[in-house]
Amino acid sequence: MTVTEVIFYFIAAATVLGAFGVVATGKVAYAALSLVFTLLAVAALYILLASEFLALVQVLLYAGGVAVLLLFALMLTRARELVPVLDGAQKPFAVVAGLSLMGVLISMVFLTTWPRRADEPTLINFNAIGDRLFRDFALPFEVASLVLLVALVGSIVLARTEEEEEE
Amino acid sequence: MIRLESFLVLSAILFSLGVYGVLARRHAVLILMSVELMLNAASINMVAFAAYTSPERFTGIIFAIFIITVAAAEVGLALAIVLRIFRNRTTANVDEVHQLKW
Repeated sequence: MTVTEVIFYFIAAATVLGAFGVVATGKVAYAALSLVFTLLAVAALYILLASEFLALVQVLLYAGGVAVLLLFALMLTRARELVPVLDGAQKPFAVVAGLSLMGVLISMVFLTTWPRRADEPTLINFNAIGDRLFRDFALPFEVASLVLLVALVGSIVLARTEEEEEE
Repeated sequence: MIRLESFLVLSAILFSLGVYGVLARRHAVLILMSVELMLNAASINMVAFAAYTSPERFTGIIFAIFIITVAAAEVGLALAIVLRIFRNRTTANVDEVHQLKW
């Protein structure tokens, strides 16, 4: 077992542990913090896959932006009752569904022969990503910016307070 | 050397945990967090395929960038909706929001 493999298994264990914390913990704040932990571990996985750019984006956008947004939403939607209901009655069904999906996916991973050209992830530099993004994917890029604009305006309109509406 | 299958299995586990979270959780923000887990699992898959099967074209990395963009938009919009529901119904429990249930 090489050093890279040891690091991979360590990070993989951290990712799964954090994800388990998100879906299993009894307190919403702990769930949010485990999510931050998982997102940072996924950023480390991207570094192992030799895509530093995505790791940076992951830390900035997910661990920085999305996680803070989720924490704010948790604070603003604090329930009046002392023990808020987190899990529903369909929990046993959810366990069965999750486990069977995991079984199917993992067996499919091993039953399929994947095309393989590289044994090790090769480093892709920032310039190449920018070239490809603005040359081959220019239209999707513009559409994505439109999606972001619409989402921004939409969430401002939705989250306005009631007093402003009466004016 | 890490095999491609290791990354795929990890992303399968992450995705299944996300599915479990969406089905079992009833707090709207926690459901959103589980959705984020599933999106991250998909991104890991894309990047792993890009790194192992087509490192010269790396379309998977571009896909992952778009996934992250759309996820950011989705979270912002969904949280605005959750806030709105909470303001009207003083609850973030999705079982208690059943006006459209016939």
